[in-house]
Amino acid sequence: MTPFRVSVAAALAALILLAVIFELIRSRRLQERYALLWLLTGLVIFVLAIWRSLLGRASDLVGIAYPPSALFILAAFFILLVLLHYSTVISRLSEQNTRLAQRLALLENRLREAEDRPD
Amino acid sequence: MATQSKTLEKSAVEPQRSRLRSIAIVPAHNEEASLGALLAELRVAEPDLAVVVINDGSTDGTARVAAAAGAPVVTLPFNVGIGGTVQTGYQYALEHGFEVAIQVDGDGQHDPTEIGRVLEPIFDDRADLVVGTRFVSGGGYRGTRVRRVGIHIFARVVSLMVGQRVSDTTSGFRAVNRKALRLFAGEYPHDYPEVESIVLLSRHGLRMLEVPVRMRVRETGSSSITALRAAYYMIKVLLALFIGLFRRYPSPQEEQ
Repeated sequence: MTPFRVSVAAALAALILLAVIFELIRSRRLQERYALLWLLTGLVIFVLAIWRSLLGRASDLVGIAYPPSALFILAAFFILLVLLHYSTVISRLSEQNTRLAQRLALLENRLREAEDRPD
Repeated sequence: MATQSKTLEKSAVEPQRSRLRSIAIVPAHNEEASLGALLAELRVAEPDLAVVVINDGSTDGTARVAAAAGAPVVTLPFNVGIGGTVQTGYQYALEHGFEVAIQVDGDGQHDPTEIGRVLEPIFDDRADLVVGTRFVSGGGYRGTRVRRVGIHIFARVVSLMVGQRVSDTTSGFRAVNRKALRLFAGEYPHDYPEVESIVLLSRHGLRMLEVPVRMRVRETGSSSITALRAAYYMIKVLLALFIGLFRRYPSPQEEQ
């Protein structure tokens, strides 16, 4: 069984995470589409922290002797997921950034050519 | 027909309509098959209405079809989604001094002969945003079950939030006046903008009105929204709506 204090600490940490995410979205520093995975992370950790028997059963199922370890592993898994998601986002952004730079350079060139052309 | 305002643009081809300069914004993403017919219909139904096609990074001949029809085309360098596309149209309209803008989707589901009906309340100054909604709610409307349930849920949630009955929050057949144009040019939601923008408008103290119109079944292609994505969007939009409740909004901006 998970020590009671571990459950309280984990639930508290999850709540703080959720509150921070909420405030970041509210103040428009975080877009909803990039917040969903974080929210899911916070919610899952919170639920497993307060639903102690579920955490115990899940640990048994995968052969983890000490349930709080399952909590850590789960958190690590979600962080991995978020990172992977960000990697795809960064890839897309850098691709688009290149294309923007190219468009801008070509437009600048066209503008200069148009200005230089005597009418 | 007197032209009151002379802009730097070739405004000679854009005559006045009911005293206000109006423009149809046509967002198009890979709509080469339907866009040509739509633009031709638009010209017949509303010969005085200016048009701009916002080409959302199409990989087909959308830009070519639009140019062949004689419509100005703004091509985005890559796919930015419907929200960013329509907002580009609003920015174009604002920059070119238009006072009224109406969105007409490039896939042909919005019947150009219904445009007059959607614009009327704007000209009468009865609303800042007019949404053309399907005559019978959901009648003849296909789509995934998730999407239909989503449309219903959004209608309920949005009605509650804006304190006004809203029957269809997902229609993109919508007209705005200068006030709403300014608002949306500066701030417009991303992925599924129709729902959120109604709430945004109401929170800024602007007026919304629904007008029943006939809608057509999409002529070509299929809706870009699959069941799984619909569910994802639903959660995302509901989250956005919920958090929006905790934001403070400025009162409507006055014309400069």
